[in-house]
Amino acid sequence: MDRMPRWADLILVPLISILLAGLISGVVILAIGENPLRALGIMVSGAVGSTYAWGYTLYYATNFIFTGLAVAVAMHARLFNIGAEGQATWGGLGIALVALYLPWPHWTLAMLGSAVAAALFGAAWAAIPALLQARRGSHIVITTIMFNFIAAALLNWLLVGPLKPAGTMETATAPFPPATHIPSFRDMFSFGETILFRSTPANIAFFVAVAACVAVWWLIWRTRLGYEIRAFGHSEGAARYAGIDATRIIMVTMLISGGLAGLMAVNNTLGYSERLILNAVEGAGFIGIAVALMGRAHPFGVFLASILFGILYQGGGELQFALGIPREMILVIQALVILFTGALDNMVRMPVEMIFAERRRARAPIAAPGPARSSPGHMTPPSDPGKPAE
Amino acid sequence: MPDPVPAIELRGISKAFGPVQANKDISLRVMPGTIHGIIGENGAGKSTLMSILYGFYRADRGEILINGRPTAIPDSQAAIRAGIGMVFQHFKLVENFTVLENVILGVEDGPLLRPSLAKARAELKALAEEYELEVDPDAIIEDIGVGLQQRVEILKALYRKADILILDEPTGVLTPAEADHLFRILRNLQAQGKTIILITHKLREIMEITDRVSVMRRGEMVAHFRTAETSPPELAEAMVGRKVLLEVDKTPARPGAPVLEVENLRVVDAKGVERLRGISFRLHAGEILGIAGVAGNGQSELLEVLGGTMKATGSVRLKGQALDISGNALGRARRDSGIAHVPEDRQTRGLILDFAAWENVALGYHHRPAYGSGTRLDLAAMQADARDKMQRFDVRPPDPFLAAKSFSGGNQQKIVVAREIESAPDLLLIGQPTRGVDIGAIEFIHKQIVSLRDRGCAILLVSVELDEILSLSDRIAVMFDGRIMGEREAARTDARELGLLMAGVADTAAGRAA
Amino acid sequence: MTKLSTFLGAAASVALMAGAALAEGPAVIFDLGGKFDKSFNESAYNGAQRWAEETGQSYAEFELTAEAQREQAIRRFAEQGYSPIIMVGFMSATPLSQIAPEYPETKFVIVDAVVDAPNVRSVVFNEHEGSYLVGMLAAMASESGTVGFIGGMDIPLIRKFACGYAQGVKAVNPDATIIANFTGTTPAAWNDPARGSELTLAQIGQGADVVYAAAGGTGVGVLQTAADNDILSIGVDSNQNYLHPGEVLTSMVKRVDNAVYEAMAAGADVETGVVVMGVANDGVGYALDEHNASLITEEMKAAVDAAAAQIASGELVVHDYMTDETCPALTF
Repeated sequence: MDRMPRWADLILVPLISILLAGLISGVVILAIGENPLRALGIMVSGAVGSTYAWGYTLYYATNFIFTGLAVAVAMHARLFNIGAEGQATWGGLGIALVALYLPWPHWTLAMLGSAVAAALFGAAWAAIPALLQARRGSHIVITTIMFNFIAAALLNWLLVGPLKPAGTMETATAPFPPATHIPSFRDMFSFGETILFRSTPANIAFFVAVAACVAVWWLIWRTRLGYEIRAFGHSEGAARYAGIDATRIIMVTMLISGGLAGLMAVNNTLGYSERLILNAVEGAGFIGIAVALMGRAHPFGVFLASILFGILYQGGGELQFALGIPREMILVIQALVILFTGALDNMVRMPVEMIFAERRRARAPIAAPGPARSSPGHMTPPSDPGKPAE
Repeated sequence: MPDPVPAIELRGISKAFGPVQANKDISLRVMPGTIHGIIGENGAGKSTLMSILYGFYRADRGEILINGRPTAIPDSQAAIRAGIGMVFQHFKLVENFTVLENVILGVEDGPLLRPSLAKARAELKALAEEYELEVDPDAIIEDIGVGLQQRVEILKALYRKADILILDEPTGVLTPAEADHLFRILRNLQAQGKTIILITHKLREIMEITDRVSVMRRGEMVAHFRTAETSPPELAEAMVGRKVLLEVDKTPARPGAPVLEVENLRVVDAKGVERLRGISFRLHAGEILGIAGVAGNGQSELLEVLGGTMKATGSVRLKGQALDISGNALGRARRDSGIAHVPEDRQTRGLILDFAAWENVALGYHHRPAYGSGTRLDLAAMQADARDKMQRFDVRPPDPFLAAKSFSGGNQQKIVVAREIESAPDLLLIGQPTRGVDIGAIEFIHKQIVSLRDRGCAILLVSVELDEILSLSDRIAVMFDGRIMGEREAARTDARELGLLMAGVADTAAGRAA
Repeated sequence: MTKLSTFLGAAASVALMAGAALAEGPAVIFDLGGKFDKSFNESAYNGAQRWAEETGQSYAEFELTAEAQREQAIRRFAEQGYSPIIMVGFMSATPLSQIAPEYPETKFVIVDAVVDAPNVRSVVFNEHEGSYLVGMLAAMASESGTVGFIGGMDIPLIRKFACGYAQGVKAVNPDATIIANFTGTTPAAWNDPARGSELTLAQIGQGADVVYAAAGGTGVGVLQTAADNDILSIGVDSNQNYLHPGEVLTSMVKRVDNAVYEAMAAGADVETGVVVMGVANDGVGYALDEHNASLITEEMKAAVDAAAAQIASGELVVHDYMTDETCPALTF
């Protein structure tokens, strides 16, 4: 009934895209005089070949899961939240404030309190653009991107003045007290003499991210609110007809989106740096857009895409260590993957669809003259997974 | 009798979109100087065929002969060179250009506009006189009515020296009077030797104006007739593939207590234009009130206000209780108070095309306990409910997991109608219930509406199809320019009288004419 | 898939073995701006290259692209046996202070920050002193009595530049007006010549006729726009006088290259502790060459050199913003 099976849509097409990107990257690496196969080996083993590698890959992936989910949730309501960067910045601010200024008896409570603060701060930063969109029709793409700059400026001011410990050059807060230190993977998975994930930044926030994936999936496909968000995203007119309040959906969706982006700070600020650093988000908010597009706004897709981007980040670093490939070249490789999986998605998708259509026609020679179906553009949220195929 | 060379001959045209065979081995001969009707249900492949003829699509197989010569038509420029002109259902005019500018658009004689405009002005004048096609060449398109805009489209084609004119559903947006005028123009064109292809789904128009008619069904050309030798039932049967009942079978209404009382309803749109100018009427239980009128005279706004998605002033009472009409996000409140609404546009309002059928069956009712508890949706319940409703309303295929966009127009509409009727409303608002719906489904939907009436529901029917209004309604109100021009008992009026009201001829004058 | 992963696994182990041999020699970790940032990273790179060319030896290097790589890169080089491991940028101070004790045999060098550990050499510059000198020159060259300062981001380090500059200006002309602007709030601010150009035009509009750029790559736009509008500019970090001969008044040179070169030359035996590079030991200063000789008069040179001598002898103390995070000559 669909143009192609779901597994092809979610797995096969991205896989072919990655292979194509890999092929071109290989040519690039060849052109700068390195062996592409060796480079691939270094990248893969450096990103997934050991607990050390995973400790970095999953750390990066955790950041991207949060921002990717943030963008994906908004995408379901056809809201293009480009502000995950600023919202995650604010999430970090929320964590810094509660971690530094509230006394925490135990890390579990500190983590809970920090997560709530991060989500609230992120949501608050998304609330203003959302309100402007809902009430005034100010385009959310413009307002959220402007709010990224405002958030950066605000944090800059705070980290040069009020929040900076006197006498240091570093644009960062004081280190958080030990009671707020949440377990790293090393703390969690090392037993006795066996130390795993040594000196890696991955921490318990990864499991928060996984839980967030499940929660978002539940929200979008199993709740009335999710239904309304999707209805609003697919057809504003139909949603209004169905009695769905546009203002409420825009507000609620953006609050959830901003909250998810804010939660990223549990990973990078509370979990890893244990202090708030200027520019702590480092573009993860924007990577979140690529991740959400590549994951077709589905939490599972976002999870996979985040892992892939984590691999690209960590593997790219390893390439630089091992081969001294300049970082600009690594950026080119990462960009190629984004280009193929995001922007050129249809270039792969259409031939694959054709192949599946041909195969189906071969099986059923008398085609029913049903109405032509349009292929979903890749801003279109995915169809429901509650089909029996699931 | 040896026929002359056909103006257009299609031989074995086939066209597939992916797995969908839109045109299958189509052959057609259109004789010069005739008006040739092509009739078929929505999705039968008429528009695809014409798009191939006009160079928008390329046929997978088959050939096109123009005046006996095989002709390749790779794009619309080639079609124009071959003497083919096309008047689309949705006009392709630049709204803020003048008539003259639109006419020369794309065929300017050179980089300088002035000489082209002067030449076009003279030629337009000649054409207008010749074919009764008067239009003010300096009028801005967005300021003139749809009837005139259509004339501009025809002028555009003639200015490009078209000998063969294709009109796609040309009367959909016209008043009966405007349609009559259009038909006069077409006869004039025919008299001057032009060949005309008229695509329509209205049997009446075919019978009235064409010389010959070809019937399409499911991508195939299934029959050709000389119009004089066929009848509407025969054409309908050819279109649908089985015998169909063209008349609605219904007993006289037994109206009960008033359900809906509308007083002095007014709507001003965002541009400050008054769309409803004081509408008042009453609707009783067990009664169908038809709202007739040409599209764009306030019927849509009336439905939106009653459906809770548009602000208005005035008063609306449902079973004696005043309804809040001060907001545009009251759809849910309306449903909870017992109003069901089949919107005019099922594609952008009534359905979410990317949603599966089962999700659409809950649309607007998704907050009800039947579909889950608390914040959670009970997917199994929703799916079972959809399967049940789809079966009872004969939705084909009865697969609740299929996306709404995969159903034909008629089956899409059945999903909407099933959802709204099954909510057991006190009042059903139903707009264009059979627009783009095939004849078989029309029959079914009409039966459902009548049976709902017989169960005591009040029904407000809005349709631009006068035939539909006449055959379904118990009472008929005609809207023109935001007002109700008059009300008639359905049994005591006819298309001519309603047509005058639709054209804005005041009630008294129409009364005299009747 | 199975075959592919087996193959990848094999390739990976080959790669690991290749990297397993214990390395020797120095390693350099460049900060997030990258080694071609037209600023202090590039200066460090030039120092490293000078050492490599003179000795014919090679060094390992890594350009950070993420905060999480600071620790990763320091540890990686330490574990592979590099020494000294040189890093530029104050943001590495905290990670280094945690890691340095883990590798007591390894020597670390950090530029622009102080890390208190027995195996760390901390090189800091008295940017305020050098800025003071170019501030004096600016005030003497200015006819309007208004001079400009364009920083990259508003961070303590750049405030240190600005504060020293302002003191120098005020020392010559107590009535002078100093306009200070910062390019942005994200790291992009260090590499935004267009924005630098805009700010320069704005400062010209406010009457500035000498503009000091302490903004990395952004400064290229400042110097260009100043030259286009026939006002004077002051370069930073390396000698930028040559960029627009006769239109760049001078440059505040900060010899990060020397700091890196010296550390590399000393090798694994590099002396640890805090090294302050100031006017006294030519760590900072103003640049005078054939490109700006016509702009610096004898009186100007005499005045500045006198001040430099006083600073070197301790007779004149330029206030360092970092000591109390205030500035007597400028409010932020």
